[in-house]
Amino acid sequence: MKSETRVVADMNFELTPEQKMIVETAAEIARDYGPEYWREKDRKHEFPEDFWRSLIEAGFPGIVIPEKYGGSGMGMFEMLLAMETLVSEGCGLAGEWFLCLSAVFGGLSITKHGNEAQKEKYLPKIAKGMEFCLALTEPDAGTNTLNIKTMAVKDGDEYVINGQKIFISGADRAKGMLLVTRTTPVDKAPKRTLGLTLFLVDLPNPAIEIIPIEKHGINYSKTFEVYISDLRVPQENVLGEPEKGWYLLLDTLNPERMSFSAAACGLGLLAIKKAVEYAKERRVFDAPIGAHQAIQFPLAEAKAKIEAARLLNYKAAWLYDRGQECGAEANMAKVAAVDAGIQAVYHAMQTFGGYGYAVEYDVERWWREINLIRLAPVTHQMALAYIGQHVLGLPKSY
Amino acid sequence: MDIIVCVKHVPETAEAELKIDATGKGIEKSGLVFDINEWDDYALEEAVRIKEKFGGTVTAITVGSEDSDSTLRKCLARGADKAIRLTDPKFAGSDAYATAKILYNAIKNMRFDIILTGAQAGDDGSAVVGPVLAEFLKIPHATMVKKIEFADGKAIVNRELEGGLEERLEVKLPALFTIQTGINEPRYVSIMGIRKAMQKEIKVMGLADIGLGENEVGEAGSWLTIERLYVPPVEKQAEFLTGSPDEIASKIVEILKSKGLI
Repeated sequence: MKSETRVVADMNFELTPEQKMIVETAAEIARDYGPEYWREKDRKHEFPEDFWRSLIEAGFPGIVIPEKYGGSGMGMFEMLLAMETLVSEGCGLAGEWFLCLSAVFGGLSITKHGNEAQKEKYLPKIAKGMEFCLALTEPDAGTNTLNIKTMAVKDGDEYVINGQKIFISGADRAKGMLLVTRTTPVDKAPKRTLGLTLFLVDLPNPAIEIIPIEKHGINYSKTFEVYISDLRVPQENVLGEPEKGWYLLLDTLNPERMSFSAAACGLGLLAIKKAVEYAKERRVFDAPIGAHQAIQFPLAEAKAKIEAARLLNYKAAWLYDRGQECGAEANMAKVAAVDAGIQAVYHAMQTFGGYGYAVEYDVERWWREINLIRLAPVTHQMALAYIGQHVLGLPKSY
Repeated sequence: MDIIVCVKHVPETAEAELKIDATGKGIEKSGLVFDINEWDDYALEEAVRIKEKFGGTVTAITVGSEDSDSTLRKCLARGADKAIRLTDPKFAGSDAYATAKILYNAIKNMRFDIILTGAQAGDDGSAVVGPVLAEFLKIPHATMVKKIEFADGKAIVNRELEGGLEERLEVKLPALFTIQTGINEPRYVSIMGIRKAMQKEIKVMGLADIGLGENEVGEAGSWLTIERLYVPPVEKQAEFLTGSPDEIASKIVEILKSKGLI
C-alpha cells in the first residue's frame, strides 16, 4: 500500500510564553480596575489617573515602540492581545481607548513614518506615558477624509495652518497631536488621494482652541471640537513625505480599526461573562433563567461570532505586522466584531431584564460604550461599503 | 545584598471548584490556572525592592516541573537576575522536609545575605519549608514577616502575631525570612521586563547536580505521607435568637465578632 504523505501547514494558534505573559499582566491590571472603578469614573466624568499610571508602569504604551526608543518593539498583534484582555477582564472600552489615542495614534504613527529626530523626540516620552491625539475628522468631511479643508500653507521654513476638526478625543490632556491637513486643495491635486500632509504638533498651543462635546458614553475621557487659527509649525514637524499623507495615514487608520474591533470583542466577552454569572443564579420561575433557550442561545451565538471576529482581527494584525496590505481584513474584522459585540451586549442587557437598565449592573455603560464602535472609527455602513467596493469589486455605492 | 527567593508554582484554588483525583491523595489539576504562590509574590517583590535600594542580586529558585518556568519567568520579568529550577522525577512526592533538603543542597554553595520565602504555599499550606531550610543552613529565621529594615549588618524585622500584634526582632545575617502578604504592593510584570526575561536563561538542576541520593528525596526521603485528601462534610448549624430586637441585634454582633466576620 502506498503510504500517505501529509503536509502540515504552518499555522499556529498557540500564544508564545511572552504573549501569554502580556495577557496575564493585562488581566492583572484589569482585575485591579474593575467595573466599579469605571462606573465611578464615567459618572464623575473623571480621567482615570491611577489606571493610566498602572498601564505606564507595566509598559503598555510602549508595546509597539522599538526597544531602541524605550519600548518593547512588539507588534499590533501583541497590542490587540493587551487591549482585548484589559477590556474583557473588567475595564470595558477604557482598556482600549487610552492606548489607541497615545500608543497607536502617536507611538505607532511615528514608529512607522517618523524621521530619526522625531522618533528621538517623541517615542521615549510616549513609551513613558506622554498622551497623544489624532486630529483627522472635520465637520464638513466626515468619512470623506480626502475632502478635508484644514489647510497648511508654506511660509518660509514654516507652515501656517488654519481649519476646524471635530470629535478629537483626548485633546485636553495630549501633549502631542497628529494633525491631518491639506497642502494642496482637493480640486488642485493631481489625484484626490494626493495633497494631504501630516504634522506633529506640540500641545497646548495658543493657536489651537478646544471645545468639549458632551457624549453618550466614555465620559472618563473628553472629546472636542478643535479650532486651528494661524498655527505656525516648523517644516521639520511634517511626518513622512509631504503631499503623501493619505497613504501614510492608512498605517494608523487600519490599526485604529483593529483596536476598536478588539474593544468590541472584549466588550462582548465582558458582557457575556457578567450575563452568564447572573443567568446561573437568577431564578424567576422554577429554573435559573440561564436554563431557558431564549436567554442561552443569543449569548451562545454572540460568543461564537466574537471568537470568529477575534481570529479575523488577529489575521489583520498579523498581516500588518508583516508589512502586508491589511485593509480588507481590518474592515471585515470591524464589521464582524461590531455585529458580534453589539449582539452580546444587547442580549446581556436582556438577560438582566429591568436590572440591565440600572447603572449598578454595568451593562448599560457597556451598551453606551459599544454604541461608539458602530459609528467610529468608521460607521458600520462605510466599512460595508469598503468591503463591497474593494473586496468584492462592486461599483462604488456612496 | 544578595538575595535568594524560594518560589512555588501553584494552582489558583481560591475560587476554583476542586475535585479529588483518582489516587484520593491529590486534586484534579486539569482546568486549573497555575501561577506564582501568592505569598512568594510578595517575597519576590520585597527582594527586588531591597536590591533596588542596596544593590546586589536576586535569584529565584523553585522545585518543580517544567511548568514552573512561567512562574520563574514572571520573577525574571519583575526584576530577578537569575532563575534556577530544581527538577527531577525522583523529587515527586517530596514533603516540606524533603523539599527543604533539595533547596538546601542547591543553595548551600551559593552566596547570599538573605533568603526570602512565602510564609506558606497556597496549595498545601504547610508553612514549613522556610524554617526547615533555615535549620539545614544553620542560619536564623523569622516567620510571618511584615517589614524588613537593615542596620549595622543586621536585619530588623516585624513579625505578624495573632490579634493584630506585631513583634520587632533584630536578626543576625545571613538569615531567612518567610514573608506575609501585605508587606508591600507587588508591581505589575512590565512588558519590557517580559522581553528581558525571555532572554535570560533558567538554570535546570537535577538530583545528581545537587549531590543527593534517590532515597533522600521524594516519598523515600520524606517524613510525612498523605493518607487521604477529602472535602470535609458540610455541617449545618442553626440557632434561633430570642429577646427584644435590641438584644437580638447585640447577640448577632457578638456572633459575627466571634466568627471573625466583623
